[in-house]
Amino acid sequence: MLSCRQATELMSQEQDRALSFSERIGLRLHVWICAGCNSYRRQMSVLRAACRRFGGGTS
Amino acid sequence: MDLDRQAELSALRPDLLRFARLQLRDAGAAEDAVQETMLAALVGSDRFQSRSSYKTWLISILRNKIIDIIRSQSREISASGLSDDDAGDDLTDALFDRRGHWQETARPGRWADPEASFEQQQFWAVFEACLDLLPERTARVFMMREFLGLETDEICKEASISSSNCWVVLHRARMSLRTCLETKWFAGEGA
Repeated sequence: MLSCRQATELMSQEQDRALSFSERIGLRLHVWICAGCNSYRRQMSVLRAACRRFGGGTS
Repeated sequence: MDLDRQAELSALRPDLLRFARLQLRDAGAAEDAVQETMLAALVGSDRFQSRSSYKTWLISILRNKIIDIIRSQSREISASGLSDDDAGDDLTDALFDRRGHWQETARPGRWADPEASFEQQQFWAVFEACLDLLPERTARVFMMREFLGLETDEICKEASISSSNCWVVLHRARMSLRTCLETKWFAGEGA
């Protein structure tokens, strides 16, 4: 079972590389049962959207 | 180029300069990049109907200028190394307990309606302030990835670091930014 700390590492890396099958399964399971990491994952998407907005000139 | 366009271009100049300064952290280099962008913009600007598509186009020119400058500077980055980024470990230690679970007070919360935040100027001021808190080299790697849209392979090459090091740096940058945004913006929103 992944710790939250390891899960956050994978949630960052999934923005930069394709995770392996077992990494994906482990992460999916973790965020399913962990509210904190579930929020963290949404926050990663918001962060990326904010960067797009900031750099895309529509801010 | 008509007068309206010219006025629009000068109105957008501060935005372009801010974007360049954040990434280059060098006022002179940022000024040069914006100057060159504005020169390039004198040609072909009539194609754009709306102000937002015009700005997007300008930013894309500026982005390429910034990439050129970063490439020419990449030797300096690698020479000075990434040692100032060790601070990232302190943050992670503060957020997690020994077993790697979130500390009770540090557990990430729901961010209410981020789209609505994006519409507020104050949000972007906080966003920039949070970016400024990143150690310089961490910020540069992060912005290469997220603002300039470079793939990690290329960032590794430019910064002369391994891919796993690159992932660690990006992870620390994101962790630090989301912690800053949560504390300084989303928590205060009554979310």
